[in-house]
Amino acid sequence: MTEIIDGLIVLFVMAGALLTLISAIGVLRLPDVYTRSHAISKSTTLGMIFILMGTLFYFWLKHDHFNSRLLLAIVFLFLTSPVSAHLISRAAYYSGVRPWEGTVRDDLAERRENRTKSAE
Amino acid sequence: MAQQLLLNVILAFVWMFLADSFSGSSFVIGYLLGLGILFVLRRYFSTTFYVVPLFVIGKLALIFIKELLLANWAVLKIVLSPSLNMKPCIFALPLEVKKDWEITLLSSLITLTPGTFVIDVSDDKKEIYIHTIDAPDVDEAVRQIKTSFEKTILEVSR
Repeated sequence: MTEIIDGLIVLFVMAGALLTLISAIGVLRLPDVYTRSHAISKSTTLGMIFILMGTLFYFWLKHDHFNSRLLLAIVFLFLTSPVSAHLISRAAYYSGVRPWEGTVRDDLAERRENRTKSAE
Repeated sequence: MAQQLLLNVILAFVWMFLADSFSGSSFVIGYLLGLGILFVLRRYFSTTFYVVPLFVIGKLALIFIKELLLANWAVLKIVLSPSLNMKPCIFALPLEVKKDWEITLLSSLITLTPGTFVIDVSDDKKEIYIHTIDAPDVDEAVRQIKTSFEKTILEVSR
């Protein structure tokens, strides 16, 4: 039984660390703000959640101490990280950062032009 | 829904006063009895029996976790593939949900699902603008996911 618990904890922490690493690689490799935002918002969220869950299970199952703050941190991460990704990319879009040239379609372009016109 | 929940708690407290025992277990017994009473009297409420939306919220949470795992798998494949041959695109999606909290929930769900995230909501709240990381194979599939998300959210608020 302890082997299973150890394996579970190791699996969670390793998966979390790997996902965080992959999102860091994604930030280096992907071409523009928006595609980077994909890598950041998804992989780091899940990576951090996995690491926190590993920590939760470690203290819960090995030391018999249930830390509810970790659970709360998971919920907060879940709620806040998509919103921050949205706000950063929205701010980037309206301050004139162009999407990568491979971008196929851009329904927002018209809207941005209207906004800049009304600002002038 | 909140009204029915409050009524059920009040009924549980009435049971605790009737039974003259103030413990967690008598609260649970009173709550279950109140649940039965509310089920019998469900046709007098304007909204559905409140257990149904709770189940739908549970379903939404499960969909959310599944989509989060799939999203990470998709990002992982794109980031680690040797050539970057994705085709990003920004498209407008017409909304059926009306209330602010529904739109917020839907955009968080979309942001954490495979290959999509929300850039902006239009001023009249009729459209949201979504950036997808790989247009050709995601576009249609994503539309389907969105209709299932939207349908579930509409089920909660009905």
